[in-house]
Amino acid sequence: MSQLVNMARLMQGNEAVAEGALAAGIRFFAGYPITPSTEVAEILAERLPEVGGKFIQMEDEIASMAAIIGASLAGVKSLTATSGPGFSLKQENLGYATMAEVPCVVVNVQRSGPSTGIPTAPAQGDVMQARWGTHGDHPAIALCPASVAECFDLTVRAVNFAEKYRTPVILLMDEVIGHMRERVVLPPADQVMVVDRKKPAVGPDRYYAYRPDEDGVPPMANFGEGYRYHVTGLVHDEAGNPSTNPKIAEQLIYRLHNKIDSRLDEIVAVEEMETADAEVVVVAYGGVARSARRAVKEARQAGLPVGLIRPITIWPFPEQAIHQLADRAKRFVVAEMNLGQLRGEVERVVKGRAMVTGVNRVDGELVTPAEILAAIKEVG
Amino acid sequence: MEKTTELRLSGTGGQGLILAGIILAEAAIIDGFNTVQTQSYGPEARGGASKAEVLISSGEIDYPKVTTPDVVLAMSQEACDKYGRNLHQDAVLLVDSTFVTDPPPAVAKIYHLPLTRIAREQLGKEMVANVVALGALVGMTGVVSRDALLQALLARVPKGTEALNQRAMTLGWEAAQAERQRIIA
Repeated sequence: MSQLVNMARLMQGNEAVAEGALAAGIRFFAGYPITPSTEVAEILAERLPEVGGKFIQMEDEIASMAAIIGASLAGVKSLTATSGPGFSLKQENLGYATMAEVPCVVVNVQRSGPSTGIPTAPAQGDVMQARWGTHGDHPAIALCPASVAECFDLTVRAVNFAEKYRTPVILLMDEVIGHMRERVVLPPADQVMVVDRKKPAVGPDRYYAYRPDEDGVPPMANFGEGYRYHVTGLVHDEAGNPSTNPKIAEQLIYRLHNKIDSRLDEIVAVEEMETADAEVVVVAYGGVARSARRAVKEARQAGLPVGLIRPITIWPFPEQAIHQLADRAKRFVVAEMNLGQLRGEVERVVKGRAMVTGVNRVDGELVTPAEILAAIKEVG
Repeated sequence: MEKTTELRLSGTGGQGLILAGIILAEAAIIDGFNTVQTQSYGPEARGGASKAEVLISSGEIDYPKVTTPDVVLAMSQEACDKYGRNLHQDAVLLVDSTFVTDPPPAVAKIYHLPLTRIAREQLGKEMVANVVALGALVGMTGVVSRDALLQALLARVPKGTEALNQRAMTLGWEAAQAERQRIIA
């Protein structure tokens, strides 16, 4: 990494994603550029060849997703970046990556929707799509940065989770964070923790591609190195061959879930601010968390017992943290640039122990601190 | 919460306002401040409204957008109509009089400078009007140091254009000084 990266500098969120990807060992990007994620592709197009990596602009987002799956199967850490319309197109292959257990990262810099919406305006309308966009019962990991520095950190974390758990990971950004520039000091390359996927300890003749270790994750052989196995989106046995055996199907689906669900303490991260004595808890993530932090500071200055919880991991949803706060708080105010997608999750966990209200915008503008403060006071 | 200085640079797409915002933010980092820069623009490469915002603070910056601007640059009549009104008493408004013919009344600190005309007539390059504006804006407000602005500017502009850009910044700076003298006198 260049020396420039190691000092204070102005950097854009999307640029920090590209830097984080490189630091985490991403050496393949396939994508179809789309506002407001284009800078990720633009920067990686320039930087990847410098570090021996490859960049391909594909004919569309479906092919982009297929290409990163292929590259990952060949042993190269892979990432793509898109926005809502492209994220929709990637869903089928995203499910394939989950089922075939192919590590990869999909960056979605959310913009106003549905459909092509307002390309340059922010939104958080893909929260549920990040969870349930692809069909069938499946686990999902989605991380949600709220600063430029965190764009770097969470891209590294996303790549590491993908490698460690053999699963696609979504970096769920929004236009505010993707396009915002701010002062950052990035860690030097040798201080970035990088995880690589497990390799088989046995030769090709004894290798079962989908036979898990005790941690539920099967070691992964690179295609092209003598290990021949079948990769499919169909329910499959340990050799990778299709199966309709109910027992095999059940074991596979449970294992896919358990390898994530059994490590929630490792995967789920939240930031809490002033929640210890909070009667009103603001829930916000991504760009809106910036507004929420200011609103909470202003509320505290006015003597109001208000705190903030910010899901850094948005999927799996931080149930435990919300659950604990619900015992003390009188009300939750969920602020988001959609019509209440995460509010529903908060309500599900709070189970009526506290009131849950929302501050919502779908006009392509960031929720303001004043709007959140007003909702806090209404609650008062 | 530490005081944050909020700046809004507004005009038309193609005038280089976002680049100006980036240079200003980079100058703030050189001066040791924290800073956030955001922008809004339409789908056009040129034309349409364009706006860059820069927040400068010695503390944390949470909300990344301008709430109550301390400094507004308006390089089109449309931008001036939209952002030049309802400013607080100590806010500074800099209008490019090349395009802004109908400035808002009752703004305490308003500077009229022909930023684009200076670039066009004295430098032969209208495209450096954004840098003339930066020189003027910093000359008026001292929001960053002149040295930091120059350093940030020279680090961003294409090779071979350093002298032109430095001259543009200086002309803006001098125009602001002259205007200040005139207002004080």
